Amino acid sequence: MMSNNPRLSLGPILYYWSRGDTLEFYRQIADSPVDIVYLGETVCSKRNLMRTDDWFDLAERLTAAGKEVVLSTLALLEAESELKRLRRICGNEHYLVEANDMGAVQLLRGRPFVAGHSVNIYNERTLRLLAGEGLKRWVFPLELSAGTLADMQSARPAGVETEVLVYGRLPLAYSARCFTARAHNLPKDDCQYRCLDYPDGLTLSAQDDTRFLALNGIQTQSAQTCNLISELESMRELGVDVVRISPQSRGSGKIIDLFHRCIEGGMEPEEGRQSLERLMPVGACNGYWYGEAGMLATQAQVKVLSGH
Amino acid sequence: MDLVSPAGNLPSLKAAVDNGANAVYFGFRDDTNARHFAGLNFGPAKIAEGIRYARQRGVKVFLALNTYPQPSGWSRWQSAVDQAVDLGVDAMIAADIGVLDYASSRYPELNLHLSVQGSATNYEALRFYRERFGIRRAVLPRVLSLPQVEHLVNNTPVEIEVFGFGSLCVMVEGRCILSSYATGLSPNTYGACSPASHVEWRETQEGLQTRLGGVLIETYRAGENAGYPTLCKGSFCVAGNTFHAIEEPTSLNTLELLPQLLAAGVSAIKIEGRQRSPVYVAQVTRVWRAALDACRRDPENYRPQAEWMAELGKVSEGTQTTLGAYSRPWQ
Repeated sequence: MMSNNPRLSLGPILYYWSRGDTLEFYRQIADSPVDIVYLGETVCSKRNLMRTDDWFDLAERLTAAGKEVVLSTLALLEAESELKRLRRICGNEHYLVEANDMGAVQLLRGRPFVAGHSVNIYNERTLRLLAGEGLKRWVFPLELSAGTLADMQSARPAGVETEVLVYGRLPLAYSARCFTARAHNLPKDDCQYRCLDYPDGLTLSAQDDTRFLALNGIQTQSAQTCNLISELESMRELGVDVVRISPQSRGSGKIIDLFHRCIEGGMEPEEGRQSLERLMPVGACNGYWYGEAGMLATQAQVKVLSGH
Repeated sequence: MDLVSPAGNLPSLKAAVDNGANAVYFGFRDDTNARHFAGLNFGPAKIAEGIRYARQRGVKVFLALNTYPQPSGWSRWQSAVDQAVDLGVDAMIAADIGVLDYASSRYPELNLHLSVQGSATNYEALRFYRERFGIRRAVLPRVLSLPQVEHLVNNTPVEIEVFGFGSLCVMVEGRCILSSYATGLSPNTYGACSPASHVEWRETQEGLQTRLGGVLIETYRAGENAGYPTLCKGSFCVAGNTFHAIEEPTSLNTLELLPQLLAAGVSAIKIEGRQRSPVYVAQVTRVWRAALDACRRDPENYRPQAEWMAELGKVSEGTQTTLGAYSRPWQ
């Protein structure tokens, strides 16, 4: 059974943290039980406290610490300068790269690569075509259900691994506009790096005070944290290879540890779930897994293994 | 530069054709297209009539097949491609890699356009779709500034179509799942954003409240004009301030950018609004036809006429318009 356990990955930091905080974060990650670490800026090319070379240095250190490192890339590519940086990352000879846009897929064709959740792989024909281009691992799209995952798994080409985001605020949208700057009445070109003040995003509420979304620069996230710790057994049965935790500014070490213990069988998922609830900025959601509105929080009662 | 107008039904198609569109785009009556609304789109008989009407007047017909099939629904998309080919449409507008792969390998002669839902914002992405599927045109997401559009056109052999007018998507199309986060249904999976089935209206002491999937999107006080609760156009509270945190209810209008778009080498202007009335389609198409003709005749002295702007203002969301991402300050 142990060999069927999914491996644990840590997604890229989606927020803008100081250089010191970023380096300190990864110093702790080096000693944590995650198997795979995704590194790099995926949201905004103006976030430059960590330069591309810094990410490469970090990649080297984490590799030395025994982690599989994957370099992640921007989801929204508009400027030539962004393509230039992307080419450098895609051209590296040491690390696997996660494509978050078809532009990156194009640059990675013919070599092994990972497709992140913003590359829309909604059916087996898409998966098969990308496998032919070198796709080694794909991240299941955030809005799809366990039923669709089951269908995809049964048709998955040999040699392709499946990764599912199991913990984190969900990236729901990308825009040309920076909403963090807008909330401060600043234009994007003079944003004053306000996102540094919101290490887990800036929560947006409806007018009745229901917390709904989190603004993270040009990215809009869910206010609620997606938590699929109760579904680890289903994931194992579905043959999910990797489960991903998305970093948050506090408690990531503990979150990793909880998932690790649940995967290894040293903790009941229900106990893990309750502990995780205390670490979330707002609260939990898991609706997408059940084919419902993503923001809903449903207690795992019925296993949803076959689709439709 | 071609004018591509929306055809949500046969009267709209005729309105577009009669008022000067170079092409019309339409969808089938199901979730294979991104305007999957009740009472909208075409059944088989009307399609044939619509295509005939357009053809006889020298207007091209594009089919939008631009949502993302999941394994359980795949066969519906595959038959839609087959049907499009049988109908002899001038182009099929698609987003999903699987659909593009099926269409291009089964029907190598089929003219493929990459939909805005394909999220291609850079020429490397376009290169992928061109090399793999032979796409001839791409519709750009409404996120690029004018210089970025120009740079893209200069670096790709693929024809570029941009949105000129209509409801404004603020997010990269094809990658926005805000709607399914609140309702379970998104443009990608279901072909509709903020679907009407999940909208509620409620009279309260604070005013008329409108909710989507139970989330309060807007409160209208007496006398205020109530609009449709599109999720990203609501009033929300951020850091103690209540405002349109994402975008105001507004429409995109790039009439004043026409000379620059023409000079940039943009191949076609798209008008949004298959869900709108035939009157909207007629008005907007007529104004844009006049503007395109004026701009082509004399780009240097081209100015949007006041009556054009007034006419478009009348049919805009929230009766206001913006240049959107084309203009850097908007971003």
